[in-house]
Amino acid sequence: MNALVLAAEESGGLEFPSLSNLIEWKPIIDSIGLDKIGLTHVLSVIIPTIVFFLAAQQKGLVPSGIRTVAEGMIEFIENQIILPAIGADGLKYLPLLLSFFLFVFFGNITEVIPFFQMPANARMGGPVVIALIAWAMFISVGFKHNGFTYLKDIAWPPSVPLGLRWLVGLIELLSTFILRPFSHAVRLFANMLAGHILLVTFAVLSITVASGLMFLVLPFTFGGLVAFTAFEIFVSLIQAFVFTIIAAVYIGGALHPAH
Amino acid sequence: MSIAAQVLAQSADDLKNAAAAEGAGFAYGLAAIGPGIGIGYLVGQAVQAMARQPESAGQVQTTMFLGVAFTEALALIGFVVFILLKFA
Repeated sequence: MNALVLAAEESGGLEFPSLSNLIEWKPIIDSIGLDKIGLTHVLSVIIPTIVFFLAAQQKGLVPSGIRTVAEGMIEFIENQIILPAIGADGLKYLPLLLSFFLFVFFGNITEVIPFFQMPANARMGGPVVIALIAWAMFISVGFKHNGFTYLKDIAWPPSVPLGLRWLVGLIELLSTFILRPFSHAVRLFANMLAGHILLVTFAVLSITVASGLMFLVLPFTFGGLVAFTAFEIFVSLIQAFVFTIIAAVYIGGALHPAH
Repeated sequence: MSIAAQVLAQSADDLKNAAAAEGAGFAYGLAAIGPGIGIGYLVGQAVQAMARQPESAGQVQTTMFLGVAFTEALALIGFVVFILLKFA
């Protein structure tokens, strides 16, 4: 063990890169400032569009090839997200929620794709915009379907005892209109940033121990890196799912405020 | 500026950095306690529900993920505060 510690000290020890090295990239096209993050966001719009466009070209009753993928995703959003979270009358929000899911998923999965290896959603810019779209959407749905009573039921909830009503109303107002988009965006952003830092930590550890006697622990660090890469694929899917279902729950709450 | 003042200013900066590092550690550590208990309880109850009624497993799972996401948010805010204190 002493030899290992000595070897570690000789090789200069662990040098963790600063945070800006991990999440800031040089622009690929200087004039418009398009960097890796922007490229990922553009790709995560273009790729699903192409997939669904190609799927729509297919005629006939029985789907095959790319149309199976597209229909599978639509059915997943319908059965796993819209029906449990909103109900049958929420099916008209399918395009919005499907776009959310695919945009977030492509922004997350670049975390483990070679040459990208940076989740676009680990920068606040992407999550905050889609969270604000979801926020504008559920507020407008609430006002459209319930009129002014939507705001009144939040600020002056009739089911609460009169003495506490102003307090609950105040908390509800704050949480619905101010904290919701914040926590919605931060949940995605912090999850992806944490995953990215986790992978970087294991990669840096593996590189550090690769030289000298420390290579004896390389199987553990590299094994950890592989295992956490698999875990991050799972997290990308779960976070896309969670982001979409929370948007759906917010819309559902605005559509049927009684429950 | 005299040497003494320089030393004082330097140690004040050091103190500030030390306090920020300490606060960063506490911010994340304390923020993880509540959500840790919460998620453990939530998933445990979900497993119990699925074991009692396997036919409702799909619905329970969806609701569980939703609950986990809401519970986890507090720990994540703690993590963001940690990053802000440590690096910003």
